[in-house]
Amino acid sequence: MRVVAEEILRIENLHVTVEGTSILKGVNLTIHRGEIHAIMGRNGAGKSTLANVVMGHPAYVITEGSIFYRGQPLEELAVFERARAGMFLSFQYPAVIPGVQVGTFLKKAVTSVRDEAPKGRAFRKELTAAMEQLSMDKSFLSRYVNDGFSGGEKKRLEILQMLLLKPNLALLDETDSGLDIDALRIVAKGINEVAVDSACLIITHYQRLLDLVKPDYVHAMINGAIVQTGGPELALELEDRGYDWLDVTA
Amino acid sequence: MTDEAQDVIGDYRYGFHDPENSTIRFDQGLSEQVVRDISELKNEPEWMTDIRVKAYRHFVERVMPEWGNCDLLNKIDFESITYFLRSSNKTETSWDEVPDDIKNTFDRLGIPEAEQKWLGGVTAQYESEAVYHSIREDLEEQGVIFLDMDTGLKQFPEIIKKYFGTVIPHSDNKFSALNTAVWSGGSFLYIPKGISVEMPVQAYFRINAKNMGQFERTLIIADEGSSVHYVEGCTAPSYSTDSLHSAVVELIAMEGAKIRYSTVQNWSSNVYNLVTKRAVAHKNATIEWVDGNIGSKLTMKYPSVLLKGEGAHAEVISVAYAGEGQHQDTGAKVHHLASNTTSNIISKSISKKGGRSSYRGLLQVTPKSTGCRSKIVCDALILDDYSRSDTYPTMEIGNSTADLEHEASVSKVSSDQLFYLMSRGFTEDEAMGLIVNGFFEPFTRELPMEYALELNKLLELEMEGSIG
Repeated sequence: MRVVAEEILRIENLHVTVEGTSILKGVNLTIHRGEIHAIMGRNGAGKSTLANVVMGHPAYVITEGSIFYRGQPLEELAVFERARAGMFLSFQYPAVIPGVQVGTFLKKAVTSVRDEAPKGRAFRKELTAAMEQLSMDKSFLSRYVNDGFSGGEKKRLEILQMLLLKPNLALLDETDSGLDIDALRIVAKGINEVAVDSACLIITHYQRLLDLVKPDYVHAMINGAIVQTGGPELALELEDRGYDWLDVTA
Repeated sequence: MTDEAQDVIGDYRYGFHDPENSTIRFDQGLSEQVVRDISELKNEPEWMTDIRVKAYRHFVERVMPEWGNCDLLNKIDFESITYFLRSSNKTETSWDEVPDDIKNTFDRLGIPEAEQKWLGGVTAQYESEAVYHSIREDLEEQGVIFLDMDTGLKQFPEIIKKYFGTVIPHSDNKFSALNTAVWSGGSFLYIPKGISVEMPVQAYFRINAKNMGQFERTLIIADEGSSVHYVEGCTAPSYSTDSLHSAVVELIAMEGAKIRYSTVQNWSSNVYNLVTKRAVAHKNATIEWVDGNIGSKLTMKYPSVLLKGEGAHAEVISVAYAGEGQHQDTGAKVHHLASNTTSNIISKSISKKGGRSSYRGLLQVTPKSTGCRSKIVCDALILDDYSRSDTYPTMEIGNSTADLEHEASVSKVSSDQLFYLMSRGFTEDEAMGLIVNGFFEPFTRELPMEYALELNKLLELEMEGSIG
């Protein structure tokens, strides 16, 4: 008998505005544990907005519709509570926090999300293993969070956090942008590891990450709505044909 | 925040006060007689009494500074302040013999623990005088002198007579005059030629009584090629009436010597903290002021360095945190009086809940000083829309070969930083605390670890309820 996987994220008829401009216009999406979904679309289609609004960015206003995380309406949860409940956003542009060392930051973040301070030795071991997996040098730990990081370094730090925080829901906002092929492989390995036991939403422009992280579902987003859903073959088709054939306004 | 931290700190961690059991207390108010009485009580040599009286007369004649926060300065009621209070009849060298009530206070502040772990020597001053004093035997054997100033004057009058007031004359300003007139306690530290003191020596200043004035006087002399790190911490309980802390600190670094002077001042918010700190650096000597100002009602303090000898170097790193009802008017002054002297000034301030922080700096290069270099970095972080930060830099550059850099920035915490941190499980207050600690990091990394941790914890607490 097949056991139905747990529903992690359900988005119903979501409408969102930013500073009065309508960005999302009725998005519907449900993700279960163990599933990888990819959203593809042109710049400005609303992909990043979707990731940010799910995480609770204060600049985005939900005007209609709802988001549920493991059955609970998300409007009840503050941003930090979403993180503690197991939601994670890998940022397209992670913020710089001057003067805060990566090591300190990671330990504090893990402490807040797990609700207890990790044991010193066990945590060091876990951290070392995760960093090795991402080919990150130990010297990362004493650098300031994202301060002077290259694009690729920033993305690796995002994935490192994801590996340590072990989210139920991973939102990956253009994690592949700015990565060379080697870095892309490393990052993809990290995503695949987390994706086994979580729900994963990958936002991307390009097919190339999806060669390495196989999505179960691919959604095409145009003008703030999902207009087409398919399997991995849709990503290939979008790469090949572009978006115009789906764009009824074009 | 953890319960533990809450337990330890409460609102203002050191805000407790113990019953005041003074053995000698002068009535409030100041007169020439009070000045003479203090000197007589301490059995001082006549020349010191004369200096005190001269300084007192200057204090009376000298007008209040007409810059800084004049409104607050003019509210100081010199007549309501107690100028001398003796809590213990002598300075103990064994912790066990310190009177219990005083011992309790310092136990709560963690002093004996710190001494065991990482200090070369300790002086603990309670009200006007030192109540406890110790120095590691090996340092004493090497000829290092570390005493409270009163004992120093008794045992080494000739050294003190030679250097006292040479860096900061009584007539320097109104408050240096006041200090010279009524000084009591403080540290006297002498490092002989070529001796490097590896572990920091520490002084701890505690005001316990109400309306108390604390006027410690510190003199540090590092002889040729020696080095030392001196650390001071300050606290006071919260009373509804104001206290005055007006210290004078003189440092002298002989040829090739190095003095680092670190302060973490955490006065309660009813203390006027008006301190004159100045150092002289001779040839190839280094002076480092590491100066942290967290509490107080009004702090006016500008650690200064006179770079007198060729190749001398000054380093001033200061931070100020101005919360509700507080004004931190701090900065640095460096005088390049000789050629090839260098200086580095980093000043960081945070204003919150209507607090005001001001940077006031002076950089001087005299006409004859060639090849001088200086870098000044001033960063201000403002945490809300109704706090204030000002910068008053002054530069007097008399020699065209000087190489100067001045960077200044005023910033606010960005909503992207907050969102990023909150998406990692930090509450808004915790996120703010992390950002603030990061902002002060160039300062805290210079502190002994115990102080750095303490400071970070304090700042995190200050950030609670900082939003909305």
